[in-house]
Amino acid sequence: MAQRVLMKGNEAIAEAAIRAGCRHYFGYPITPQTEIAAYMAKKMPKIGGVFLQAESEIASINMVYGAAATGCRVMTSSSSPGISLKSEGLSYIAGSDVPALVVNVQRGGPGLGGIQPSQSDYFQATKGGGHGDYRMIVLAPASVQEMASLTIKGFNLADKYSMTSMILADGTIGQMMEPISFEDAEIEVYEKPWALTGTEGKRKHNIVNSLYLQPDALEKKNFERFERYKIVEENEPLWEEYMMEDAEICVVAFGIASRVAKNAIVAARAEGIKVGLIRPITLWPFPAKPLAAAADKVKAFISVELSMGQMIEDVKLATSCRKPVTLCNRVGGMIPSPDQVLESIRKAQKGE
Amino acid sequence: MEHKRLTLFAGHFGSGKTNIAVNYALHLAAEGNKVCIADLDIVNPYFRTKDSAAVLDAAGVHLISPTFANTNVDLPALPAEAYRLVTDKSIYGIMDIGGDDRGAYALGRYVPAMKEEGNYRMVFVANCYRPLTRTPEEALEVMREIEAACGLQFTDIINNSNLASETTPETVLASLDYMEKLSQLSGLPIWLTTAEKAVASQLDLSPVLPLTLQEKYFDLPSQKPGNRPLWG
Repeated sequence: MAQRVLMKGNEAIAEAAIRAGCRHYFGYPITPQTEIAAYMAKKMPKIGGVFLQAESEIASINMVYGAAATGCRVMTSSSSPGISLKSEGLSYIAGSDVPALVVNVQRGGPGLGGIQPSQSDYFQATKGGGHGDYRMIVLAPASVQEMASLTIKGFNLADKYSMTSMILADGTIGQMMEPISFEDAEIEVYEKPWALTGTEGKRKHNIVNSLYLQPDALEKKNFERFERYKIVEENEPLWEEYMMEDAEICVVAFGIASRVAKNAIVAARAEGIKVGLIRPITLWPFPAKPLAAAADKVKAFISVELSMGQMIEDVKLATSCRKPVTLCNRVGGMIPSPDQVLESIRKAQKGE
Repeated sequence: MEHKRLTLFAGHFGSGKTNIAVNYALHLAAEGNKVCIADLDIVNPYFRTKDSAAVLDAAGVHLISPTFANTNVDLPALPAEAYRLVTDKSIYGIMDIGGDDRGAYALGRYVPAMKEEGNYRMVFVANCYRPLTRTPEEALEVMREIEAACGLQFTDIINNSNLASETTPETVLASLDYMEKLSQLSGLPIWLTTAEKAVASQLDLSPVLPLTLQEKYFDLPSQKPGNRPLWG
């Protein structure tokens, strides 16, 4: 009992980061993720850590880059417009192969948009955002517990593969409160022989850099990096299957959309419709294998998203367009209702 | 339950102030009182008193909330009408204050008039399961920060210890030592214990204010009362 605490999604991220060994937070406030910064501001000084509110998002991501180069666990957090500002730094971090954790508690866009929840930064998170060939590990929590556990996992994976992990949440999960625990937290420790920790005159100095003016050297770096990405794609996809055993219709949804979808699935099952859910937990690497396997069994897919249809492209790729995929969505800060998803399920059942 | 003309709910953010303020307003109205509730939260643009506008209206409770509450305009401005709570002595006034010391700054404007009238209750809402108030000492620290920000001393404590949908009577009972300690440290009485109404009905404590909580569209099937679909 004493181990359970009642936390806001944003607080859970901050507390989990601290438990994962993060002692360096650099950020700039933006709704709906400001509680992360507020929590860090309150707690970091008490545990010998650094909370620094930078003058801008661009400054904060470059502070993350600098701290990451020393091999420490470091993070920043923002919401959609702020992540756009950080994109240059994200590319530099990827080009330097240093680990970092970046949180995006998404809000409606494009532009300044609004402050209500959204999932319309899916492309930005999974396909780039910044320039150049690079990937980030993208983790999509669907509960406050997962805000915590995926933050810890994100730090572990970032260190394991020397790359950025992004927590792609949304305003609802950032703001909602649920009881959670940290008992299962496993902190992995990885050697970082490349880190800038001072040579003490005992070894050759390390260089952390993303500038390679010789094209053949730059090409080699890119090839090596993508060999590493291939291992991530092979080993790290995470997903949840819900009522998929006998499903004839497969709903695909992540984050807040998956919670709405589960309610719609329970209602559809009550009407006798055999429907299940595949919930991607990693958006990159995308869980293509379970979707390809589902395409052998189900007659249709429905992608439920808080965007104009971004993940739906990965669903079609993963299933090689073997079965129809329809979109059920709301945007701009609106969230599909369980009734709307139920109606999409009924239509898919009728082959519409 | 004895009422003061003005009741102010403050505390750590996420401690349950808004839910309690709304339920207390409904409780006062059900006793036949003329009630006015003001949303003075200048911190959090979500989970507003205004979310309960329809149920408050149906109970005849007048709601004063910032012009831009529940819109996309995240503007921390207070409505002029909120001052009515301290001037109109024919009503029972309830103030829902924003979280922590930052939220309590908004209250300072009304404090001189409230002190002059001397008929208020300033309540600290506490939940021992919130991460930054896990010990009575930490809660006391938040209490002192709020008092410093608004210039008003707390007079009472509400024990709102809960773990949301996982709350059982044992959850509440396990908080009693903590609350006793907080009461000793602060010298303030535990005025009320609050709990979701199904939990409250099983509690052998007095006085208890049973809470009717808002259901949310993102509650999972397992989190709903009786597992019923929310929209059914």
